[in-house]
Formats: sequence, C-alpha cells, structure tokens
Amino acid sequence: MIKAKHGRTAALFIAPSFIPLVLFIILPMFAAAVLSFSSWDLLSPPRWIGLANFQELIHNKDFYNALKNTLIFIAGYLPLVYLLGLSAALALDRKFKGSSALRAAYFLPVITSWVIVALLWQWILNPQGGLVNSALATIGINGPGWWTSTSWSMISVIIPSAWKDLGFVMLILLAGLQSIPPEYKEAAAIDGASKRQILFRITLPLLTPASFFVLVISLINNFQVFDQIWVMTRGGPEGSTSVIVQQIVKNSFDYGRMGYASAMSMVLFLIILLITGIQIRLQKRWVNYE
Amino acid sequence: MKGNKRKIWAAGIAGILVASVGLVSNPAIAAPKKVTINFFTFTSVPDHVKDLQAMVAAFEKKNPTIRINVQSASYADYFTKLKTRVAGNQTPDTFELNYENFVTYASAGTLLDFNKVSAKDKTFKKSSYYGKAYDVFSANGKQYGVPSSFSTVVLYYNKDLFKAAGVATPTSSWDWSDEAAAAAALKAKLPEGTYADFQPTQFWEFYKVLGQAGGKFLSPDKKKALFNKQPGINALNWLVSKTANGYTPTKAQMGTLDDGAMFKAGKIAMYHTGIWMFDAFKDLPFGWDIVVEPGGVTPGNHFFANAVVASAKTKNADAAWKWARFMTSDPAAVKIRLAAAWEIPAISDKSALSIYLSKTPPANRAAVFEALKNPITPPVIRQQNEMQDTVNAWLEKALNGTVSVTEALNSAASAVNAILAKE
Repeated sequence: MIKAKHGRTAALFIAPSFIPLVLFIILPMFAAAVLSFSSWDLLSPPRWIGLANFQELIHNKDFYNALKNTLIFIAGYLPLVYLLGLSAALALDRKFKGSSALRAAYFLPVITSWVIVALLWQWILNPQGGLVNSALATIGINGPGWWTSTSWSMISVIIPSAWKDLGFVMLILLAGLQSIPPEYKEAAAIDGASKRQILFRITLPLLTPASFFVLVISLINNFQVFDQIWVMTRGGPEGSTSVIVQQIVKNSFDYGRMGYASAMSMVLFLIILLITGIQIRLQKRWVNYE
Repeated sequence: MKGNKRKIWAAGIAGILVASVGLVSNPAIAAPKKVTINFFTFTSVPDHVKDLQAMVAAFEKKNPTIRINVQSASYADYFTKLKTRVAGNQTPDTFELNYENFVTYASAGTLLDFNKVSAKDKTFKKSSYYGKAYDVFSANGKQYGVPSSFSTVVLYYNKDLFKAAGVATPTSSWDWSDEAAAAAALKAKLPEGTYADFQPTQFWEFYKVLGQAGGKFLSPDKKKALFNKQPGINALNWLVSKTANGYTPTKAQMGTLDDGAMFKAGKIAMYHTGIWMFDAFKDLPFGWDIVVEPGGVTPGNHFFANAVVASAKTKNADAAWKWARFMTSDPAAVKIRLAAAWEIPAISDKSALSIYLSKTPPANRAAVFEALKNPITPPVIRQQNEMQDTVNAWLEKALNGTVSVTEALNSAASAVNAILAKE
C-alpha cells in the first residue's frame, strides 16, 4: 500500500519532464524511423517506398560531402575547444581577485544566441575591413576571404564555435579539477615532483573522467552541428561547409522530402550511437576513476 | 389548488422558453453568424503591415460578418511554416503564394478551385485582372488563385556616378554590348570599392538572361533541361564576365554588405534588381532612375506574380473567396496598394495605375510596364527548390572558376534531368 502510494507520488514528480520527453523526443524519433521508409512532401499523405530512401542516400555525393565536412569540423573544433577550455580551467582553478568575474566572462558566450555570435564573428572576420584582416594588413599581410573562400570557410566556422563553447568545456574541467583531492598534489610536491610532472602525472590523469564527459558530449553535439553553419554560411561557398544536419533541414523543409531527410537522420543516429558505444568501450583504457 | 398553480407556472415558463428558442432560430431576427478567415502573408512583411491592416479594415467594414485574422512570416520563413501547417492539418483558410511555389501546392491538391465559388459571385468578372497574371495561377481548367500583384526587374542607375565618370546614362534601346561598354568606361573612372554593374550569377538572373540569349530553360513538356545549349553558354558567360571583369563585386569584396546596401551607399553605378526596392530607395541622397534591362539577342524581362489562394479544406469557401477577391482587385485595396508602392496590383484597369506612374522616384516608372511587354516567367516544377539549389550550386562553381561554364551547365542539366525524372 505504502509502495503504491510512493509509486504514485514518484510518477507525479516525473510526469512534468517525462510527458514532454515522450511527446517531443521519443515519439518523433519513432515517427522519423517509420518515415524513413516513406515518401512524404508534407503536403500530401506519406507513401511507403521501402528502402528506396536509403538506396538513394548510399549514392548521394552531397551526403558524403556533408559527412566529410562534419568530420573536418569535429577534427578542427574538438582539439581546439579542449585545449582552450583546459587552459582556462587550469588558469582559473584557484582563487584570485577577479577569478569569479573571469569565469562568468568565459561562460557568457555559451548562453549567447548563435545569431549574435555569428554577427560578431562576421564582423571580426569580414574580408573587407574586418578586425582580423585590418590587423593583418598593418603587418603587410593580405588577409584571406574567410567565410567567402572555400579554403577558409570551415576555419571561419570552427573558430567562433570553439570560442562560444570554450566556457562550457572550462566549467566541466574546472569541476573535474576541483574534485581532485589536494593531498595527491601535496604529496607529490613533497616527494620533489616538478609542476610539470604534477600536471602530466597527477592532474591530467585524474581529470580523465571529466575529459571523457567533454569528449562524449562534444562528439554527440558536433555530429549535429547546424546553428553556426545555418547562420554564417548556409553550407557555402560551393558546399564547403555543408554538414549533415543542414542537409537534413534542407531536404525536409526546402525540398519537401521528409522521408529522405528522416533516412539521413536515422543514419546520423546510427553513426552517433556507434561512436558513443566505441568511446564507452575504450574508456577503460584511458579513463582513471581514482 | 396548489397543484393547479404549479401547472400554470410550468406552462408559463415553458411558453417563454419556446418563444425565446423561436426568436433565436428565426433568421430574420437573430444576429448573423460571424466567420473568421485566417490569412497568412509574406508580401506585407516588413514594409506593408499597416497597408494590409488598412485593407482588412476596409474589407471588414464592407463585410461585417467576416473577420480576417492576419498571420505573417518573413519570406525566409514563410514556406517552411506554411508546409508544416499543411502537414499538421492547420492550413490557413487563405494564404499567399508566389508563382514559383504555386505548382507544388496545386499539384498536391492543397488548393481550392476558385471557379467553384466564383461562379456564384454574380459581380465577378475575370477580365478585371491582368490576363497573364490571372492565367498563370490556373491548371487543368481550375483556377487555384487570384493574382494580387506582379513585379519585374529593371536596371537601376546612380546618376551621380555616371555624371562623375562622364558616361552616358542607360536608355531603353541598350543591349548587352552597350551595357558592357558603359561598365568598362565606368570601371576606368570609378574609385576603388565602387562597382560599375551589379548582376549576380544565380538561378533567378540566369533563366532570364538565358531568355534574352534566345534560349529555353526546360523543354515544353518539362521532361528535359535545355539550358546547356549554346544560348545557355552565352548567358552564363555574360553573367560570369561581369564578376571576372570586376564590374560586379565578389562575395569577398562585398563582405558583410548586401547589394541593396551597396547601392544605397553609392557604391554601385548600375544595379539589376526588382521594382520592390523603390520604397527602400526613395530617400537616397543621390539622383537615381531606372530603365528597362538591356536585352541580348532579344529583349526579355522577369515576370513575377503573387496570388491569394485558399485551402481546399476551408470550411468558409465563400468568405475566403470574398476576401481573396477584395484583397486583390477591389478599388479600395488597389488604392492602398498603389499609394504604398506595394508592388503592382494585377488589375486590367490601366486608369487606376496612373497613381503608380505619377509617383517619383524613379521618374521613369513607365519602364516597369515597358519591361512587362517581354515577360519571362520562371521555370517552375514541383521540386522547385531542389532544382534552384542544384542549378545555383553549379553556377557558383562556374563563377569561382572551379569548373568551366560548359562543364557547369552540363553537370547542372544532368542533375536537373534526374530531378525531372522523379516528377
């Protein structure tokens, strides 16, 4: 009787988050899985077409280009944001005047809308009189075309992305740093370990659970990179920043090919599932849980 | 005795109730039923919201039993929102469509055939509309929309820049060679960062320039792309040469500025753009005017049309028709549209258009009607956006020199043929 009462109370508390989760995440996921086997232009009823969407996807150059670009984005973004976040976390892992203000300042871009960030960086990287190209001009360098150039467009997206997310990575790593018992470092120092040895032999190995979390979350988010691309380049020039989610949005709403876009979503889901699974399996080899 | 009293009371109350029910159900006495029509718009955003409100007020005054509920979205978001509303069974009773998207919606059975309701409207005359604009919104004998406005693209020019460079201003007799000669002369005199001739290399310009070059975009049965023949090559060479010669700025040279902002800043001498920019340019600090665009082997100008359509599922088809007809052709709505320079109403009564012609700037508004003598309508298929994006992707490669003009057109034609095969 008491158990049943507790169960009802628990259900009551869980319901406000569980119901939206089912309605807006789980059901649409199942709907997308079913739709991936159909042709649906949003205007007339869906039509079952079996595996045709997946067969088309296998031969679609645009999809492979988007997958390649997504991987390039991850390869450029992930090391950059991790190193910057780690540096900021190490620098702010102590109390000094203004440390709280600095932490807040680093975190501010995380909660800023991508539209604002994109406008700011388009100004900074403006090929015509932008901050960076003007600075380069003073030392005699003719700055690149940034987001208007096929060679520089992805870099123009990676830099603002790393700048925006740096605060998030810093916060996770900072929490990880602060959970390392100080006795370990003190003991090492007494034994004559240098600061460098303490960093590489004690701090970083004990930070691996936080680093693992950053890696998993960042990879899941990065495979779904979209906002910055949509606002800054729309996938251009010449498809050089076209990524998977942008292809999904374009096919679903611009082209009215909801079934085909759902098939892309399913493939993306499987890629993320596979990579996250591999990460979880490999964590035993490098993550140290004290 | 007591029982009788009760019976009398009960009979009295019942009598009052029956009488009141009778009053309510008597149409001669009851208030008329009011209906609400949703109207989803993109052409009124952002410059003509108040003008649309004025039209709605005039309509509701004339039709007190119909209320118009205006919902709007910017052009960039409009079609995404519209599609999701249709998919969610929330199609607005009435909404706007441009000609380019019309086929997609008409072929999906989303639209009401206005012939069914207009037949009952004794005062309606098809001839009150500009014929071409009315006809493009019909298919298989069904009238899926009534045209609300039409527009075209003209050649704007900055008089001050021409004067400073000592180059003669454009005339309606110009062709591509005259434009190229003027652009070369201007480039030699204009300061760095100011450009002679802005015409972008993209789908919308390409199909028109292709028409000027004497080519066709698609075969008449819409089964094959024809734009990779010689006229297409000439057309794309013409567009690409403008950027290659430095007359049109590259994207890197434009930076964060768009073409409209550059013209406003006095950095473009000749500018190919739509007549919808008149309002935005009315207070510029320099002299400017327009002229019909120079032709190639033949003259040719854009013909864009917007229409008001109704949902096939609307429960208020008659009210939807009344609003569509009023908004597109009633003298009160036409007057509001003309006074606000909200494109051109697609009506046949030329005397009503005199207000439009008398307004300045530009002084040469007659060029708008001159342009409409040689109309080129956009190539339209069901997978319109996919075709446009595909063509644009290859045009961009040709512009950047990643592939040759011929290679770009052949590749684009193959890709468009693959899309057409699935239609």
